[in-house]
Amino acid sequence: MGHTITEKILMAHTDLPNIHPGQLINARVDIALGNDITAPIAIKEFRKAEGRKVFDKDKIALVLDHFTPNKDINSAMQCKFVREFALEQNLTHFYEGGNVGVEHALLPEAGIVLPGDLVIGADSHTCTYGGLGAFATGVGSTDLAAAMLTGELWFKVPQSMKFIISGSLQKWVSGKDLILNIIGRIGVDGALYKAMEFTGETISKLSMADRLSMANMAVEAGAKNGIFPPDEITREYVEKRAKRKYTFYSSDADAEYCDVIEIDARKIEPQVAFPHLPSNVKGISVAGNVKIDQSLIGSCTNGRIEDLRIAARILTGRKAAAYVRLIVIPATPAIYRMALQEGLLETFLSAGAIISPPSCGACLGGHMGILAEGERAIATTNRNFVGRMGHPKSEVYLANPAICAASAVLGRIASPEELE
Amino acid sequence: MIYQGRVWKFGDNIDTDAIIPARYLNTSDPGELAAHCMEDADPEFVSKIKPGDIILGGENFGCGSSREHAPIAIKAAGISCVIAKSFARIFYRNSFNMGLPIFESAQLWTAIAEGEEICLDSSLGQISTLTGNLTFSINPIPPFMEQLIAAGGLMKHIAKPFNKNNLVK
Repeated sequence: MGHTITEKILMAHTDLPNIHPGQLINARVDIALGNDITAPIAIKEFRKAEGRKVFDKDKIALVLDHFTPNKDINSAMQCKFVREFALEQNLTHFYEGGNVGVEHALLPEAGIVLPGDLVIGADSHTCTYGGLGAFATGVGSTDLAAAMLTGELWFKVPQSMKFIISGSLQKWVSGKDLILNIIGRIGVDGALYKAMEFTGETISKLSMADRLSMANMAVEAGAKNGIFPPDEITREYVEKRAKRKYTFYSSDADAEYCDVIEIDARKIEPQVAFPHLPSNVKGISVAGNVKIDQSLIGSCTNGRIEDLRIAARILTGRKAAAYVRLIVIPATPAIYRMALQEGLLETFLSAGAIISPPSCGACLGGHMGILAEGERAIATTNRNFVGRMGHPKSEVYLANPAICAASAVLGRIASPEELE
Repeated sequence: MIYQGRVWKFGDNIDTDAIIPARYLNTSDPGELAAHCMEDADPEFVSKIKPGDIILGGENFGCGSSREHAPIAIKAAGISCVIAKSFARIFYRNSFNMGLPIFESAQLWTAIAEGEEICLDSSLGQISTLTGNLTFSINPIPPFMEQLIAAGGLMKHIAKPFNKNNLVK
């Protein structure tokens, strides 16, 4: 019996001659990630186990991106604690201040995570790197502590679900809509403990930005990881960024899947996930008249330059509706600079947008862009749970950057088609 | 181990934002996190519970963020264990890794009313009610997880064989 790409990557990080779904393994970790919320607990656990030195100073990434620029004294204390650890351990990949970006946009961009890697992160959206053909999964802080100490971690080898997507995409439809549609089909626990493998003709033409944004939301279906077979699009993205060797793995023809789901992309219109679950998905044509108070374009799901370009295209010569706050968050300093050089920031400012520094804060209702009771936001982010972006009685609707830009202009959830 | 307490019921897909909202994540102090445990699912929760009480969740309990603050808040609030139809995977890992006992039971949720007192015996793999004669079996904990629990969590588990060679003292 052959192996899936997920099984092959896991196996390559052990000394085992064979592995199978359900098996518990110890595997070597290529990159271990933490942020300003999760790393403090990991560092405390590391110390409790009498850890003195991390297993490899080049294989740990600490990114202070959640409540930064520091929103209050407690947050500043957490960042200080992590910074002192990074300095003490002389970590190669420490990001704060002017070089910080939203972690899951930053690490692929900087070539820190690469195809074939085994990546763990104390952040649930670590699964983003599956877009590159890496095995990447979110874990907790104690897991991060264990990996920082030993360079290894325990895993249960997941079963794999295969998604075969064919057909060309409708106008304004992106990877975000494909993944929202899939989560709508299978539910928020439809892939619980499993690997989601995305294949097919549509996927083979999909840009790296779209792949990363799809893999990012695999966790919203409960998955352990989402993964894309690496190809020429991957190579083009990676070869100018990689500073070490990487490996392309692919699934065997006789690999075993617990489920195979075929999807006709031609039938998918832009999707909107209504409160309070990412699976509560409707097509934009049946979204109805939903007034909004805020539109947010950014995050590890959709804060890349491609996303900002789409938003700018729609916002050129237009303005956000009265009493609607439009917030744009370039996900990394490099994206910020590109947006500046391409004139996108000018477009956003003219549209009345607030341009935020790279930060995760607004997406999780932590910092900059929080909703009041009864307020409603449309966002390019990944979660719309109760209270996700602020008051427990606020609402979050998830959509792609084109929908969020058009909605900002019209003051209600809307398609760019309505502006043409 | 025996866990005995009143049951507090929650529905499906209780996410980590409901267990401990992100607005409180500017600290990892267990006491402070416990004060806001389950706040966005039930604002009165912390004032109602007694030490030893049990959370009974539906499907996919603990979905969402990887924040270990969620099991920390539950444990520090005095909850003895969490039983659910199923758990989200990162919450499952985190609970074992940091020592919050969790158990899966498909039947319990529909059979038990909120406030009812139950007794869970993890070595027998059995849950029973104190008022009635109902008993339920729980899914066995995988042997690897038993080792983790026996060692006192992940860090103590890995520290055992690791101590001699790799820990620079």
